[in-house]
Amino acid sequence: MIDAAAGCPSGLAPASPTGFAQDPTAFVTESRGRRALEIMVRGASCGGCLAKIEGAVSALPGVGAARLNLSTGRMHVEWTGGLQPRRITETITKLGYGAAACDATQPDGEKASAERRVLVAMVVAGLATIAVMMVSEPLWFSPDVTPETRTLMHWASALIAIPATAFSGLPFFQSAIPALRRGRVNMDVPISLAVILAIAISLYETANGGEHAYFDASVMLLFFLLIGRFFDARLRRRAYAAANALAALQTASATRIGPLGAAEAVRASDVRPGDLLLIAAGERLAVDAEVMSGASDVDLRMVTGEVEPSAAYVGQVLHAGAVNLSAPLRVRAVAPASQSLTAEIGRLLEAGEQKKSSFRRIADRAAEAYVPQVHIAAGLTFVMWLVLGAPLSKAAFIAITVLIITCPCAIALAAPMVQVAAAGRLFRNGAYLSSGDALERIAAVDHVVFDKTGTLTLGEPRLIGSFPEDALARAAMLARASRHPFSRAIAQAAGAGPVASSIVEHPGEGVSGVVDGRQAKLGSAAYAGAVGQGGSELWFAIAGETPVPFHFEDALRSEAKETVARLRRMGLSVELLSGDSSERVAAAAAAAGIDQWRAAATPVSKAQRLTELEKSGRKVLMVGDGLNDAAALAGAHASLAPGGAVDVSRLASDCVYSGDSLKSVALIIEVARAARQRMRENFAFAAIYNLVAVPVAVVGWATPMVAAAAMSLSSAIVTLNALRLSIMKLEDGAP
Amino acid sequence: MNVLLYMMPAALLLAGAALAAFIWSLRAGQYDDPAGSAARILNDQDPIP
Repeated sequence: MIDAAAGCPSGLAPASPTGFAQDPTAFVTESRGRRALEIMVRGASCGGCLAKIEGAVSALPGVGAARLNLSTGRMHVEWTGGLQPRRITETITKLGYGAAACDATQPDGEKASAERRVLVAMVVAGLATIAVMMVSEPLWFSPDVTPETRTLMHWASALIAIPATAFSGLPFFQSAIPALRRGRVNMDVPISLAVILAIAISLYETANGGEHAYFDASVMLLFFLLIGRFFDARLRRRAYAAANALAALQTASATRIGPLGAAEAVRASDVRPGDLLLIAAGERLAVDAEVMSGASDVDLRMVTGEVEPSAAYVGQVLHAGAVNLSAPLRVRAVAPASQSLTAEIGRLLEAGEQKKSSFRRIADRAAEAYVPQVHIAAGLTFVMWLVLGAPLSKAAFIAITVLIITCPCAIALAAPMVQVAAAGRLFRNGAYLSSGDALERIAAVDHVVFDKTGTLTLGEPRLIGSFPEDALARAAMLARASRHPFSRAIAQAAGAGPVASSIVEHPGEGVSGVVDGRQAKLGSAAYAGAVGQGGSELWFAIAGETPVPFHFEDALRSEAKETVARLRRMGLSVELLSGDSSERVAAAAAAAGIDQWRAAATPVSKAQRLTELEKSGRKVLMVGDGLNDAAALAGAHASLAPGGAVDVSRLASDCVYSGDSLKSVALIIEVARAARQRMRENFAFAAIYNLVAVPVAVVGWATPMVAAAAMSLSSAIVTLNALRLSIMKLEDGAP
Repeated sequence: MNVLLYMMPAALLLAGAALAAFIWSLRAGQYDDPAGSAARILNDQDPIP
């Protein structure tokens, strides 16, 4: 039950629905008698939450340290003694927040250290830029310095620039070398080449007492590029952590029954085929498993898209994602967690991913067009100066300045800065991109296919129609004790209240108990002793009165109709594709204003429909959350999944949106389209810049001052243009 | 121009000190939880040990 004090004490954020507190024992790490656990906490948003959660967990016996990171939602708890790890998750869940153990060894650490390396490289390059500028800038404006002083200051620049370049340039060199080995070029090849050649030619000039040295240009170039890299890395990690937080709240552990009958909590990833598992009521199945014993109802909404739960029978194979509703089940795992999919969906997923990897990004296309042209221009310049009778060193010097001045600062920043700004804008609205090129693919779509259950609808039934008030109040006393979606709908409609006594759950039939001193039943028509009226219904019967029916409907999200209309205005066609019965799909389509729909679609036929659409020249955006959508999500041109989607679907999609609002779908497309526009502008600008800069360098006018000014100006223009994405007005006024 | 001989090492030293200070603050975890640090300052109980 959720009490008034649950959740954020400011009252600004809703409490997380208190549910099943996972047993985190399998994730506890131990060293020198101190046990530690990492927990993902959902719903903490302010200092009050922080104090409440940390205070409650610290008060548990033996807890030495409890620290919640509000930025990532990760909590670190350390304790000594025999405290049951489950007490910790229970404590947090009772306060009205979501809690789930997470794997301390997850690759988040890897992403964080990558970000940190880029950050240090950026700071080193920045400080080196300041220091080099201090000694080189005076030379630009004082033509009367003696050659000795000039050379001294060049050596001072070299002293700073060479180690700084060697350190800060590593991220670029490390990516350029493997590319060259494979005989390919990427953006890092011309960057590395320009930086190394700039240092080399400057050293040569300094040693010979020459006038121009490009030490300042090389460190500044690295500094600008590393700013872009850093924002990119930071955003990637934040999006990854946020998506991970959503993932951690799905089940990640299971209860295994050992050979001696003792139950132990294990990680889902440690479950082997053949293991006997106990699935408690309310728990979500983490692996594909066969039912061995027990009788219960299972909610297959995530797996098939069907709203109504069905009775589980011995020998039935349940897929990962099924939720056990009424009574504990013993099951035998048939596949490890990583392969818990039907083989067919797995194959389709793979095919879809292969298709996506062949997508060519705008930036790659630009790099492929740009790199040879610049290198040819530099080569021609070298030959031209030689032909005109310049000495070899002068021809080489001018050819290298062509490479330096055309160095792809603007081109290299053009796409990443836009991606960073767009991803930041989406992040503010609770949408997390899986990759940078996802934006380009989303921007190109012209047809949107929605899944019904859980995506277009709430995914949980709501009470509809008319019924006597007192029957609802009494039925709710039974309903509060059950996890069946229909019972939960009744409990929700009735609000908080008492629970009946001597409650017994009869899987597949209903619940019975004593209400107001009389025997009462809530369940199927046959169980309640009535004649069914068809549709989704539940009957309430109490001794001495005629049974009362309740009707349910998987209600459409309130913003569905508006979102569909908005997508239409954006020039997109909309289609509904569901695994549910045609009667329900037709009703939902009509209510949402969608005229094109298909019902009773299997996972394979969903993927087929997408291929069909693609063949007819449409670029399809698939929006879905269930296991049955995974193959379609992977195969679509672009795909979105809500945060509550099953693991496979979330991983197969390009962008995950949290929050439960469908409005995000239109918003993501809007931002993606604007981002594509900004990207095109940036590349157009970079091309114009090069058209101007190359002739200047070719005729030998590019002094270090011109190079520094041109580089910083072009980078600033590209970055500012990208930042327009963070202040642009969105149609629905979203932040 | 002899002043350069003092100024340049001094400039390098200052830049080095700034870099050292930055790396120390990074290692000390000052950038790990910006939202939490902003919120913690509002809690007036004693720090949780």
